[in-house]
Amino acid sequence: MSDKGKGRKKEKFISGRVNRLSPSGIRKFFDLLQSMDGVISLGVGEPDYATPWHISEAAVKSLEKGYTMYTSNSGIIELRQETGKYLESTYGVKYEPLEEILMTVGVSEALDLALRAIINPGDEVLMPDPHYVAYDSCVILAGGEPVKVPTTEANSFEVEPRDIETRITPKTKAILMGYPANPTGAVMSKEKLLAIADIARRHKIMVLSDEIYARLVYGVEHTCFTSLPGMKDNAILLGGFSKAYAMTGWRIGYAAAPKEIIAAMTKIHQYTIMSAPTMAQVAAIEALKTGESNVLEMVEDYNRRRKIIVKGLGDIGLSCFEPKGAFYAFPSITVTGMTSEEFSEQLLIEEKVAVVPGSAFGECGEGYVRCCYATSLADIEEALTRMKRFVKKHRK
Amino acid sequence: MLKDILRVLENDAHATTKQIATMTGLSATVVNKTIKQAEKDRIILKYKAVVNWDRVEDEQVWALIEVRVKPEPESGYDSIAGRIAQFEQVRSVYLASGNYDLLLVVVGKTERTVADFVSQNLTHIEGVEGTETHFMLKRYKEDGELLEGGEGVKRQPVIL
Repeated sequence: MSDKGKGRKKEKFISGRVNRLSPSGIRKFFDLLQSMDGVISLGVGEPDYATPWHISEAAVKSLEKGYTMYTSNSGIIELRQETGKYLESTYGVKYEPLEEILMTVGVSEALDLALRAIINPGDEVLMPDPHYVAYDSCVILAGGEPVKVPTTEANSFEVEPRDIETRITPKTKAILMGYPANPTGAVMSKEKLLAIADIARRHKIMVLSDEIYARLVYGVEHTCFTSLPGMKDNAILLGGFSKAYAMTGWRIGYAAAPKEIIAAMTKIHQYTIMSAPTMAQVAAIEALKTGESNVLEMVEDYNRRRKIIVKGLGDIGLSCFEPKGAFYAFPSITVTGMTSEEFSEQLLIEEKVAVVPGSAFGECGEGYVRCCYATSLADIEEALTRMKRFVKKHRK
Repeated sequence: MLKDILRVLENDAHATTKQIATMTGLSATVVNKTIKQAEKDRIILKYKAVVNWDRVEDEQVWALIEVRVKPEPESGYDSIAGRIAQFEQVRSVYLASGNYDLLLVVVGKTERTVADFVSQNLTHIEGVEGTETHFMLKRYKEDGELLEGGEGVKRQPVIL
């Protein structure tokens, strides 16, 4: 049935930009995983909770009332107001709801809009490596050039301000970073963020701060980048509801930034998306108004599992720095002598445990795997038992 | 410290000492001691499973019984509630606000055994002025757990 000649011809239609995107290193694992039974997955990076019911109920009620139309392009005004209030009360940074906040389809859209709003062809965007899989691709799609700033386990995967500064060129337009970090679970100290703020100010570079995991921190306080002195005018804050309120499927996030930037982002948003899903916006209002106790409860529960998996990985010989944010552990697998892809593939085949190779998140992720602990305690324990067997067998 | 341990156990009575120690950052010895003390102090009363009896062939009748009582001059509601609580058919006893005073959860083999309990035991207790019995027709949620549809939705593989 295959018609290779035809396929090749069609590929010619694919744009150069898209062809430049590296095929996701995770894809083939998920294909393999789909074909297997009894797999314990530490692969998928999303909360294992359903959205707290009162939040879902708010959306159900809105549907019953007939709230099924577009909202204003920027989002329901009440939601922007609540988001503004939330950012001010939580991080002490004040945004004007009418002009400085835009509701988006998840934080993913906010990231895409921010990049497209500021990038000219060839502009460079600095980003820590390893980084969330979409960062470099989104920069390329926006016509920019991703420039990786290596981070290491020795520095707890915090990006060093001096490593950023040495990579700045006349073409550098922005720094894109996400802390707490996917895939490492790293958080940034306030001191280092202040140093980055200083660099951004001196070199007139925009900072894109993806703070989707802001609420998932353990024993440390999250510093909102735009709350730092002078940074509200120099940075774009990207946030959302997916991780804190277990609302991944709702696709609702936001950007907060100076009004000129939000206006530019809104232009793209109105031509490509119109408005974020109405029922998701209604649910988000409910989340902000009454969801705080749910967040605290889930964070407490993630924290318990975090401690179990970090200790467990250490006990089976996979050293793992202590992740203080998100819901990922990022152990080193070098004791096996395998690459992270080999490790992940063999682990899946031999022991039916799915993890994500660190190399999927950039060169500096090589030698590590990402284990998401937002899964039941019983599954974490069973995964650790299986991984123990695997490491023992393959230890070099 | 005690509260941290209780929160783990309340959610999963199966959690091992070792697990609780890791989760709370306490030593296994301290966890063990604290739990033993909590048991002694009757903070932890019992470790039980939440059972969906509807999935098992089982003839059990559950009833909610509202009881109006005349409080005693000295002990108020406590001594009469305590007497009612002695009956093994009585699962739970609460003092509630509203049109009645005590709310009981009563379990029996048949409707008849529950009815007998009401007419022969409950109404004979001094101070009980009236009762209203509601037989439970179906259970939807037990102790925080949904009986149906609580299995959760399978997560879809997604690249992120």
